[in-house]
Amino acid sequence: MIKYFKVIVFILCLWPLAAISLNIYFDELGPEPIKKIMHHFGEWTLIFICLTLAMSPLKRFTPFNFWTKFRRMLGLYVFFYATVHLLIYVGLDYRFDWDPILNDVLKKKYIYIGFSAWLLLIPLAATSSQKMIKLLKHNWKKIHKLIYVIAVFGSLHYIWLSKTIFFKPLIYSLIILVLLALRIRIKKKDINYG
Amino acid sequence: MKKIKYSEITPEKIYKKRRDFVKKLGLSAGSMFIGQNLINPAFASNDNLENKITEYRYITTYNNYYEFGTKKNDPVEKSQNFKTKPWNITIDGEVKKKITLTAEEIKNIFPIEERIYKLRCVEGWSMIIPWLGFSLSKLLEKAAPTSKAKFVKFTSIYDPEQMPGQRYPILKWPYIEGLRIDEAMHPLTTLVTGLYGKELPNQNGAPLRLIVPWKYGFKSTKVIVNIKLVEKMPTSSWMRASPKEYGFYSNVNPRVDHPRWSQASERVIGSGIISERIPTTMFNGYGDEVAHLYSEMDLKKNF
Repeated sequence: MIKYFKVIVFILCLWPLAAISLNIYFDELGPEPIKKIMHHFGEWTLIFICLTLAMSPLKRFTPFNFWTKFRRMLGLYVFFYATVHLLIYVGLDYRFDWDPILNDVLKKKYIYIGFSAWLLLIPLAATSSQKMIKLLKHNWKKIHKLIYVIAVFGSLHYIWLSKTIFFKPLIYSLIILVLLALRIRIKKKDINYG
Repeated sequence: MKKIKYSEITPEKIYKKRRDFVKKLGLSAGSMFIGQNLINPAFASNDNLENKITEYRYITTYNNYYEFGTKKNDPVEKSQNFKTKPWNITIDGEVKKKITLTAEEIKNIFPIEERIYKLRCVEGWSMIIPWLGFSLSKLLEKAAPTSKAKFVKFTSIYDPEQMPGQRYPILKWPYIEGLRIDEAMHPLTTLVTGLYGKELPNQNGAPLRLIVPWKYGFKSTKVIVNIKLVEKMPTSSWMRASPKEYGFYSNVNPRVDHPRWSQASERVIGSGIISERIPTTMFNGYGDEVAHLYSEMDLKKNF
């Protein structure tokens, strides 16, 4: 049963790709299409970070157990959309013109924190297989705690690139903060009962 | 890229004729887009400039106007019921003759010209816009500034009932901007009353706004109700919000980066996915006209 659900979720997660393709095809992207495509994938990366982080609290606070079964797939989608987002910035916006890109990465704090977040995603994606979980044993959990750092970097990336924190950057940051705060409680209880 | 010269401004009648001509040729937005890529992108002549004017739909739907919200489409969606009549504007402060005029009186007193200027936003995009208006200096002269008038402070309307964005502390309301007196008196500094040969749409700052084409767009303040001549440099809303990011001068300068955005290049609004960024030019291409205003200044310090 869960297998079929996984296929459905996998297809649903391709929605952002389909939606923007339709927008491109019907020329609905408005005056700054490149920026729009870039922001589209950036925002979906944040949404997938939130979804990934929401799975274990959902398992805890609902009577269902299946939530965490989707966590790996959602996490890999974070990496996928973050990579597309980065490629659009490097390839479509700056046409692989490395000078200004390098300048941005070194000088613009929202770029370097965003780029750092993407770099941190690489070890997570690379160690996402069942094999790696077995191979790394308890270290695997430690490595994958990096997603908390990535989530914070992602929300800072959004705050810093925006002229003001109102409203979307604020909303995403609050959601991420709540999702992270829920974990602190879980951990304390674990210790108490353990 | 050659800059758009003040002297190249097309009179309205010729501009309209050309528009008709372009229409008769059956040039749609699509073919203009192709044309842009085939023709040398430099503004070789006024005719090319004509082809480069940003489409009306983009100028009127893609706006930074935080009084109506922070999204680009907020202004067009939320400003349509904004009341621009009656409208009074006062010129006071260090003047010999304080004056108050209605927006209608202003449109009648001063000869309105069409002025095609490039607007460069601090966010890294640009449009070419055919404004209607006249040099602000003509209005200021009517008030006869005193010798104490060193700066000009522009205040926009404060009306949170009509302006949903003003209900939140996005910026300190009302919106304040400022210019040095010589900048304000420069013939390029335009008090705008219209756009594309028509009345100024609400989302573009109706009924009266400023255009300072060699500065980033946020200096070109909208919905002006008061122009005060002052002795000391006014603090603009953006300077107050983030002094490290927004200086008083805010001249377009590819060599001085905004802390968050590179200012070396810009996207041309409406040019599609295929076209590349273009390099940003000093003073947005108006250096011949305005560079002398800053000859003694370090523009990296006075950003």
